[in-house]
Amino acid sequence: MHITITQICFGVLSFIAILGGILMIFSKNPVYSVLYLIITFFAIAGHYILLNAQFLAVVHIIVYAGAIMVLFLFVIMMLNLNKETEPHKPAWIQIAAVIAGGIMMVTLVGALKGADQIALHKPNDVNIGLTSRLGTVLFNDFLVPFELSSVLFLAAMVGAVMLAKKNIH
Amino acid sequence: MSAIQIIPLNWYVTLSAILFGMGVLGVLFRRNAIIILMCIELMLNAVNLLLVAFSAQHSDPNAQVFVFFIMAVAAAEVAVGLAILMMIYRNSKTTDIDFLNRLKW
Repeated sequence: MHITITQICFGVLSFIAILGGILMIFSKNPVYSVLYLIITFFAIAGHYILLNAQFLAVVHIIVYAGAIMVLFLFVIMMLNLNKETEPHKPAWIQIAAVIAGGIMMVTLVGALKGADQIALHKPNDVNIGLTSRLGTVLFNDFLVPFELSSVLFLAAMVGAVMLAKKNIH
Repeated sequence: MSAIQIIPLNWYVTLSAILFGMGVLGVLFRRNAIIILMCIELMLNAVNLLLVAFSAQHSDPNAQVFVFFIMAVAAAEVAVGLAILMMIYRNSKTTDIDFLNRLKW
């Protein structure tokens, strides 16, 4: 089988993503977990670039690596969680979790194996991930959901401030 | 030239299934509620990756707008979830979910 450079890129990015996820689950220190998850998110952003979704790749890095994971990191450091305070499940529950998760993974992979046979092969358009195309779709077909998501953000912001505030009278 | 013409869609489906399964495994495996929230983020990202792969396959930009909305909802969810966890920590001095199984302090 002839292996192209794109397939090598896919393999490397997938390996980094899966390795980051495994290290995230099994590392003892919560701060390391956050850092490994950031590596996974960067690998997924690489996948987006490979799939010609350039706008989403940039938004993914800004939102996840730039905002969400920094929020996680700040909360973990503010609560001063570290290796000593980290709670662990009993060994038999951990083994049961690994078996259950592994069985679910195998089932999903097996069940979705023939997915590309139902896929339609339309003429390939490489420009769908560009900002101008996505902006046109977003502000024509999805204008109401877009405005609703801004209301959702406002509600989430007020709710977060309300919940995290110390003394509310 | 898009990667979807060279790489079979099956590979993306398999990768997304593995990432989703790892998220489920993390939720079952860990006791720290913050790590569990991170595993939920991993599951959301597996779904996002699959949506983008199918969007490239079908040359359909609607799926990418969906991914955009999923990211927005995930950001809001994390902000509120972490605020709730902060409040729980302030009241019970722990983020261990096995301590919180009584639904009271």
